Amino acid sequence: MTARYLVPLAIFVVLLGFLAVGLKLDPREVPSPLIDRNAPAFDLPSVRDPERTVGLADLRQEQVSLFNVWASWCVSCRHEHPLLVELSRRNVVPIYGLNYKDTRSDAVRWLDRLGDPYRASAFDADGRVGIDWGVYGVPETFVVDRKGVIRHKHTGPISVKDWEDKLLPIIRRLQAEKG
Amino acid sequence: MIPEVGHFALILALGVTLVQGTLPLVGAARGIPEWTAIAVPAARAQLLFVVIAYGCLTYAFITNDFSVAYVAQNSNTAQPLVYQISGVWGAHEGSLLLWALFLAVWTVAVTVFSRVLPVTYTARVVAVLGLVSVGFYLFMLATSNPFDRLLPAPAEGRELNPLLQDPGLAIHPPMLYLGYVGLSVPFAFAIAALLDGRLDAAWVRWTRPWTVIAWVFLTLGIALGSWWAYYELGWGGWWFWDPVENASFMPWLVATALIHSLAVTEKRGAFKAWTVLLSIFAFSMSLLGTFLVRSGVLVSVHAFATDPARGLFILIFLGLVVGGSLMLYAWRAGTVSGGGSFELFSRETLLLVNNVLLVGAAAAILIGTLYPLFLDALNLGKISVGPPYFDPVFILLMLPLMLAMGVGILARWRKDRLEAYWQRFPLPKHLLAVVMLALLLVTALVMLWLMVHIVKIAPPAPTTLMVTVGMAMVAWITFTSLVAILDRLKKKANPWKAVLGLPRGFFGMTFAHVGVAVFTVGVTLTTAYSVEKDLRMSPGDVFPLADYSFRFEGVGPAQGPNYRAQRGTVRVFRDDSEVTVLYPEKRFYSSQPNNAMTEAAINAGLTRDLYVSLGEPIPGTADWSVRLYHKPFVQWIWLGCVFMGIGGILAATDRRYRMASKVKRDSAAATTGPAPALESKA
Repeated sequence: MTARYLVPLAIFVVLLGFLAVGLKLDPREVPSPLIDRNAPAFDLPSVRDPERTVGLADLRQEQVSLFNVWASWCVSCRHEHPLLVELSRRNVVPIYGLNYKDTRSDAVRWLDRLGDPYRASAFDADGRVGIDWGVYGVPETFVVDRKGVIRHKHTGPISVKDWEDKLLPIIRRLQAEKG
Repeated sequence: MIPEVGHFALILALGVTLVQGTLPLVGAARGIPEWTAIAVPAARAQLLFVVIAYGCLTYAFITNDFSVAYVAQNSNTAQPLVYQISGVWGAHEGSLLLWALFLAVWTVAVTVFSRVLPVTYTARVVAVLGLVSVGFYLFMLATSNPFDRLLPAPAEGRELNPLLQDPGLAIHPPMLYLGYVGLSVPFAFAIAALLDGRLDAAWVRWTRPWTVIAWVFLTLGIALGSWWAYYELGWGGWWFWDPVENASFMPWLVATALIHSLAVTEKRGAFKAWTVLLSIFAFSMSLLGTFLVRSGVLVSVHAFATDPARGLFILIFLGLVVGGSLMLYAWRAGTVSGGGSFELFSRETLLLVNNVLLVGAAAAILIGTLYPLFLDALNLGKISVGPPYFDPVFILLMLPLMLAMGVGILARWRKDRLEAYWQRFPLPKHLLAVVMLALLLVTALVMLWLMVHIVKIAPPAPTTLMVTVGMAMVAWITFTSLVAILDRLKKKANPWKAVLGLPRGFFGMTFAHVGVAVFTVGVTLTTAYSVEKDLRMSPGDVFPLADYSFRFEGVGPAQGPNYRAQRGTVRVFRDDSEVTVLYPEKRFYSSQPNNAMTEAAINAGLTRDLYVSLGEPIPGTADWSVRLYHKPFVQWIWLGCVFMGIGGILAATDRRYRMASKVKRDSAAATTGPAPALESKA
């Protein structure tokens, strides 16, 4: 047995190690370049009341708030929705919505039927605000602090586990922050 | 009931392969003829059981048995029959079953065609294949059983991913799997040779056609996938360096290297240990590809459902198969190495260059594909590697390869002289230079004509340089391939008759190499001279692109068997006469009504494709955003792959492979008694 015949095996073992570590990581967890930056300003009509506007100013009134991107055509949003309704019922954290590329009538019907967890939902019909916020899939959820800074971004529907392991600790920490 | 039969057949297949994978190995090592003899019947029994299992799953699909979870997830009653049948391999569990089926088919094929090999040797090959099969059956039964029930059964199933409801994609996975699985045969031959401690020309001769056939399937499978992406994804691109594409391309590159190193080992007895290592690599790449696609460690546009438990299983399997093989290699490679010597300028050296470049390219792609994973694992952030890395690295490795190809096909084995090399060209040396220059000039003129006349844009200087280099390589490969034919006919009395007498393997090589040239034409010209335009168009709008004008007539509703569509009409004119009418569609499948599938409309031609795809409607108007493309010579990309495939088929069916088996079988039949029993070393 010569040493050079061992080289392929050695390389493979290193590769295997990386693959094993990689298996534990989630490649879909992409950090947003907006994290710890000021949230992009916006002013949009509310879904329920076109006369009223919803904007970044509303989010900045809160110590910490969730900004949830949703749409009535989005199947994953339907999975996530009961959790949001439960959170708002228990008054854990104020939730604002961004209704993304939807029609007003569909959106209102969805909220009436499935419950409305949002303080207000901004109606972003052409998705322009979504682009500013770097949304590339629905649902997405941002955690915004009282200074209007994005502190966390969650891509995809929030599961109970996501909520307990990731979002809730961040929110608790921010709620405890003095400002 | 039927699904349970399938499930049971799968368990039986596992049991049989356990026998097939163990007893013959022990029998061959200890010299127990009864144990070695079980390999062949076990392999056939395994095929029987897996065919039953596969048949049961197909039956469940055709009869809309939604109590089977896999059927409910991938089929519904409205789905056309063809896609109910192809739905069997439309997702993870069924793909694995198809893998296992093909592996069993290949194994039985080996037992049928290798009857003249020593019995112990065949037994070892079949046993190694059996061990691979064991892994797949365990994987299916433990984590991905296609026969799992879903109770209570839903009234209607979901649907096969609409992207996959397309004839191109329906046959793309089986082609690719035949290629992947086919590479298990040279792998098993290599492992058997290591166990045997012997590697002679007969071994290599037996491996070559198997490798080439697997390579043909891989080539066609990859080409089909690329062709599908081109017309189905609606981006006009044909290769994206996506992890899943790379997963199929890496085994192809290694298999290409293997084909060439096998040639050296057979003809000259050199590169033995290297050839064995390449056989292991090629199959490892197939398994690694499966791991990458199925485990979800990498983000890909191919949104397969992924599951970490499955990933862990494949990783362990990969570790056992590849790690075990490489350990065996480290232990035994010394016994098979050695062989013919050769000098610096010889065909061997050029094939070595070929191997180094091809394996280098595969390694570069592997690194690029896994780089994001490495960084992530080391906590250095998340990045994605794309065409800016892959394109230049791959092109830089392929240019010297193409140069070496032209030199290699004319070079002699063992020892060549530069003087003699140039004499093989049927022209005096100074005339040769003139011919080369003329070829380059013609290329340059063709490009100029394309730019000024068709594309009507002046591409930047780097593009022109790239095209010049690319087309020079095309000219070089084509020219030397022709010279190689002439070289072979030089001393023949009747050259025309002698052409037909040339071995089929030689034609195969020429075809495949010309295929590379054709492919290069397509890639070079499409990359350099494609023009595209993203437009908002109102009905009646006309837009000129290249030397065509596209008139948008508007969009209307259309209805398919399980989808409704928005169908656009675009009339294409050239010099005021209508060339074609294109109907690009946006399809909404009933299972995913909010997810539009783009169906591009393409008018394909030998020198250009006209390509139209619909974007989004502009709300409140009859306007749409429309994408128009003019892509010169794009079909040559796939035409080149077809040439390579034909070349492979010609080479694999060369007379000497068939002759060898016939002669030996005759002599085996002549000697009475059981076929050459246990002629291995004791």
